[in-house]
Amino acid sequence: MIRDITIGQYYPADSPLHKLDPRTKLMGTLVFIISVFLFNTIPGYAVATVFLAAVIKISKVPVKFIFKGLKAIFIILIITMVFNVFLTPGEVLWSFGFLKATREGISLAGKMAIRLIYLVIGSSLMTLTTTPNQLTDGLERGLRPLNKIHVPVHEIAMMMSIALRFIPILLEETDKIMKAQIARGADFENGNLVQKVKNMVPLLVPLFISAFRRANDLAMAMEARCYHGGDQRTQMKPLHYEKRDHVTYMILALYLAVAIGFRVAGI
Amino acid sequence: MSIELKNITYTYSPGTAYEIHALKDINLEIPDGQFIGVIGHTGSGKSTLIQHLNALIRPTSGSVLYNGEDVWEEKYDRRKLRSQVGLVFQYPEHQLFESDVLSDVCFGPMNQGMSREEAEAEAKKALLQVGFKEKNFSKSPFELSGGQKKRVAIAGVLAMNPKILILDEPTAGLDPKGRDEILDQISELHKARGITIILVSHSMEDVAKYVERLIVVNRGQIAFDDTPREVFSHYQELEAMGLAAPQITYIMHALKQKGLKVDPNATTVEEARDDILRALKEAGSPLLKGGNEK
Repeated sequence: MIRDITIGQYYPADSPLHKLDPRTKLMGTLVFIISVFLFNTIPGYAVATVFLAAVIKISKVPVKFIFKGLKAIFIILIITMVFNVFLTPGEVLWSFGFLKATREGISLAGKMAIRLIYLVIGSSLMTLTTTPNQLTDGLERGLRPLNKIHVPVHEIAMMMSIALRFIPILLEETDKIMKAQIARGADFENGNLVQKVKNMVPLLVPLFISAFRRANDLAMAMEARCYHGGDQRTQMKPLHYEKRDHVTYMILALYLAVAIGFRVAGI
Repeated sequence: MSIELKNITYTYSPGTAYEIHALKDINLEIPDGQFIGVIGHTGSGKSTLIQHLNALIRPTSGSVLYNGEDVWEEKYDRRKLRSQVGLVFQYPEHQLFESDVLSDVCFGPMNQGMSREEAEAEAKKALLQVGFKEKNFSKSPFELSGGQKKRVAIAGVLAMNPKILILDEPTAGLDPKGRDEILDQISELHKARGITIILVSHSMEDVAKYVERLIVVNRGQIAFDDTPREVFSHYQELEAMGLAAPQITYIMHALKQKGLKVDPNATTVEEARDDILRALKEAGSPLLKGGNEK
């Protein structure tokens, strides 16, 4: 059940997308996110869908795997849609007490749903095809100019890569703790909300303790290897742009131009 | 009263790039009252195997029968099964959460529906039985030593009065003295409560002394299932699996090769000592003359 969360997980495969420079992929994700908000009409969404489908096809990541990640945002999605449907003013289609479903609300809810789903798919495509290390390397290099205004770019990137690295570890740990407590008769499924929250205590206490212990051990191990931040630190595999990255940038520029064009033309 | 595994196969993350076949067509019967050792290299599937015994994981195919009933039947009460088949995991840190030892051990029995008083009585009994001192009952489980934590974890499951107790690597991370103490106490439990004990380990020395039946798991399959004596006689095959027979097995085989008429299948140091002395006596060895017999 817990293993279903695919956000932040890497899917190893041999595809052109996996080989791209992480900076290119970060930029690509950014462009895609912007485009999803620029598109506002059905033809626009069709363009975004085609683009996304093509990228999924190139990535060689099984579609089933990508959609699994959507399960995690299902509840947020429902809440967003309900709020949009009932709280948008406009032409009332159906009402129940103070709840009024409006035509504008339904269309807005539909757009929000598409945007949310595309956002999640787009960003999980990036994490699925990029190892956490590459990702933070890309961020570090991409944000390096900010160093001039005293933003601790290296430290932020390091914290991110550690956080990402810990996600699977903590998930696995949660699984083990759950099993250990289920073996002692704990019940994580039944009961009302208050009981359910109470039943989480035997899970959360060991999990927090273990997270702190791991953080402590890691800090110690880093210090033992003389880690002292990013000053004069070189990389084992420095990032280089290749021809495929330049091609990708051109495609992205074209795509962004189309998105802006659609918006300006009001299609 | 028994657990039966029939044609159990288990696959992790089926259909993805991470697919691993952890168990392949396992058949196993565990009758009441046995003291069983399960041995296997890291990643051999032994932990996956024992989690099938109390229905913590559902087999990809095959069936698990407890007293003849399929535990994955829709209406089967698996919570009740888990209180009868107790499983203690390797790391006590994964289950300790209360502010004092006694309350923590009470967690299991209270989940079974006992009142606080009844649960405390069971908890005290279990804690004393694993050799945990009464004066430490009110301590926080987090300030205990590794060995003490392990005892509390075992007591936490034992307090539920299981008919079968499964211990996953109970000696991992303990010093030799703590290891012997824990194993002795587990053996005492077996005698005192008459329950089935399944001891999972990767150390032959640990289990050789105590168990009556040894199951060797290798690459998701059962390689051997016999008395320790029989299993150790295959010590060369065990080595090929990355396991080693007890040191004494090697000594006895070496002695036999040198011409001394010993039984190479002795499993414990004591047994081997007696056998070597007997063989020396029969051979009329000068080593025994005038000396201390031991």
